Amino acid sequence: MNNSQNQLSIRPKKKERTLDIVNRGLSKRYRAEQRFRLYGLLAIVASMAFLSLLFISIIGNGYTAFQQTFLELRVFFDPEIMDEQSLASADYQGLVKKSLRGMFPDAKGRPDKRLLYGIVSSGASFQLRDMVLTRPDIIGQTLKVWVPADDDVDMLIKGHFDRQLGEGERRLKDKQLAWIDQLSAEGKIKKKFNTTFFTTGDSREPELAGIWGAVAGSFFTLVVTLLLSFPIGVAAAVYLEEFAPKNRWTDLIEVNINNLAAVPSIVFGLLGLAVFLNFFGLPRSAPIVGGLVLALMTLPVIIIASRSALTAVPPSIREAALGVGASKMQMVAHHVLPLALPGMLTGAIIGMARALGETAPLLMIGMVAFIVDIPAGFTDPSTALPVQIYLWADSPERAFVERTSAAIMMLLAFLITMNAAAVILRKRFEKRW
Amino acid sequence: MSPTTLLFILLALSTCGYYAGRRRAFAVGGGSAGIKNLHSRPIYYGSLTALWCGIPALLLFGFWLAFESTLITHLVVVDLPETMRDLPAAELNLKVNKIQNLVSGNIIAGAVEPQIQVAADHYRNLKTTSNAALAVVAISMAILGLVIVRAKITPTLRARNRVEQVIKYILIVCSTIAIFTTVGIVLSVLFESIRFFQKVPVAEFLFGLKWSPQTAIRADQVGSSGAFGAVPVFTGTLLISAIAMCVAVPTGLMSAIYLSEYANKKFRAVAKPLIEILAGIPTVVYGFFAALTIAPFIRDTGGLLGLGVSSESALAAGLVMGIMIIPFVSSLSDDFINAVPQALRDGSYSLGATQSETIKQVILPAALPGIVGGILLAVSRAIGETMIVVMAAGLAANLTLNPLETVTTVTVQIVTLLVGDQEFDSAKTLAAFALGLLLFVVTLLLNVIALHVVRKYREQYE
Repeated sequence: MNNSQNQLSIRPKKKERTLDIVNRGLSKRYRAEQRFRLYGLLAIVASMAFLSLLFISIIGNGYTAFQQTFLELRVFFDPEIMDEQSLASADYQGLVKKSLRGMFPDAKGRPDKRLLYGIVSSGASFQLRDMVLTRPDIIGQTLKVWVPADDDVDMLIKGHFDRQLGEGERRLKDKQLAWIDQLSAEGKIKKKFNTTFFTTGDSREPELAGIWGAVAGSFFTLVVTLLLSFPIGVAAAVYLEEFAPKNRWTDLIEVNINNLAAVPSIVFGLLGLAVFLNFFGLPRSAPIVGGLVLALMTLPVIIIASRSALTAVPPSIREAALGVGASKMQMVAHHVLPLALPGMLTGAIIGMARALGETAPLLMIGMVAFIVDIPAGFTDPSTALPVQIYLWADSPERAFVERTSAAIMMLLAFLITMNAAAVILRKRFEKRW
Repeated sequence: MSPTTLLFILLALSTCGYYAGRRRAFAVGGGSAGIKNLHSRPIYYGSLTALWCGIPALLLFGFWLAFESTLITHLVVVDLPETMRDLPAAELNLKVNKIQNLVSGNIIAGAVEPQIQVAADHYRNLKTTSNAALAVVAISMAILGLVIVRAKITPTLRARNRVEQVIKYILIVCSTIAIFTTVGIVLSVLFESIRFFQKVPVAEFLFGLKWSPQTAIRADQVGSSGAFGAVPVFTGTLLISAIAMCVAVPTGLMSAIYLSEYANKKFRAVAKPLIEILAGIPTVVYGFFAALTIAPFIRDTGGLLGLGVSSESALAAGLVMGIMIIPFVSSLSDDFINAVPQALRDGSYSLGATQSETIKQVILPAALPGIVGGILLAVSRAIGETMIVVMAAGLAANLTLNPLETVTTVTVQIVTLLVGDQEFDSAKTLAAFALGLLLFVVTLLLNVIALHVVRKYREQYE
């Protein structure tokens, strides 16, 4: 603009109309318009790109964890080492070792044998024990048994292993590689669906680690959270929306609720640690404490959602109920609440989804622990699914990377299901007035 | 009797109370034909009985359980032999833990001293006594309530009003839980912080330039006595939050502008939920993504460019945190842009402004207070974010503004100081609460300011 004005003052030959000035700048302005629009589009594309990168990276790393490499062993269930009394404590490890030695007679000397035993998971002996305990009649027979391979073998078969490295830097040595190649040439090594991952608790061995313990812990935690936060949240919303007088006290409550919704989750963890664990002496690592903390955390979410569900019910319904002689409590209980319930449930499900993904407060109250047993109640020590992800993400083994990603996929699957349920609920039951 | 059984018994009694009250109401009214003689419908008489039967007993039950273990532990400790009671607090705590482990039947390491065994038996006895006493008191309270209310039922008893009054009180109590939570948070972090500030002066904490919370456990151990200057921790937090905001604000704002001003309905219907997905992903997933994908990528790229990038650089954590905050900024800005009245747009168009000129010179200035409020909320979220920084940022408290170096944040320090078993009154664990207090105060201030700004702005156009 300045430029054109300067030119005007230098050459005042022909009188210029405003329209000409506007027209001259027009193409530049259109270009700016195009650029601006492009920036907007780019911003959205960038967000989408991040999102897809995240999903690709997680799924790409994790989908292999749903399969596990198994080796075929020919095991002779030697009656000599198994007598009737001590079936559970017989030397099953020895059976596995013997069978391995039988398959690869070239392994001589202790170091070689140790390498050989290393290709089979330590879970193999438990598998044999369970077989014998369920069917004692197999004692004395020779059976072909598929046992889980060690996690390094698993990584090799899945292609996450660099054979080009020097032998000293590899987790599998040359001899082991040769044995494994021989096994795969004989078809005695193959990948099967990884049921262990879905049925067991945590383990130090990646091939034996599963998410079931964490899922159970998360389940118990969420039950406590739901049982506490939904009734209390709905009650608070009903009071604030339907009964509360407008005064300082209710203002204070509202400000509090809004602020609590934005308090960092880790601060709730500090509250749990100081109040529930140290003051009330509740057990550490227990789902009940986790549930309490998460309930306090989701309470504002549920209250806010329930209040908006209540305000969506038109006043005419309230007036009609009052008009035919219902008390205020009857009006709420018989008419307003049933109509607002779908919206409240939607809010509760969304709150639960947030609670399911929450990790930080659970770290504070000791739910970050190595727990093998699957929790069976509200006071058993347990972890939760996101905490399990955090724990595995810290483990150095390559095989835990894929298990972490797989656990994340399970967590996301749960979250997607819950959110989808919320959307369906809203679509089916929400009334537009 | 175990507490769970007792709870079920109380609930069952309460149910019985409901039916007893209802039956009684029918009886005093004179059968089902005489309902019209009653003040309220029979279910209200039943409910009143059930409430008076259940609530006092359940309240007692709750309080008893909450304070039982503290009280019993106290009694057991008082009865311990002199020599053991005079031990330092930490060792005494260990002993108490051992006793509790013995009681709950856990395996404990080492041999059990006879005094501990005696104390454990004492503990167990007290617990049995206490449970039995609780059962007797609670059940008699429930039955008493039931009998009294049932006896009081007459046709003129205003049962409905009374039930509604009780329910209203319950509603009020529920709505005050938010206040109790806030008070609980403030008190719990404040008390521990005060104990911390008795050991470390406030000025040293707020202005000290060195943070190394590792304290020597024994006097003869090498290592510092701990330095609790929180400035490096703050700078780290601010650095990572600033990086996050540099990512989130332009991206979020531009996508909000595009979605609300340019996009057609179809595009908006697809793109908006997709962006919101970013907000629904748990932070632990972002943390894993940052540590596994982004941090190595930045390190390797930096290596190619000849820069020494730490593998736990602030850049990686900040970048991923920024991605997480994008939907937060975008949905808030979207709201505020949509709240700008159409008349302002029309006025601008009629003067010949292009769409982008309208946005830049009319809509954004009009929506600015709201957007600033939204950004403040986003900043408070970034400061309080934990899992991403725990997994992707480091522990070393470097006082630096270089995004390629490792920094630590307030939340990371809280987590590392408190995860695992420590004695509870060392300066190290207390420092976590001091940091927590600071975090709470800062986020609270940001939220209050932001909510105030947002509310003021909303009123402007309504």
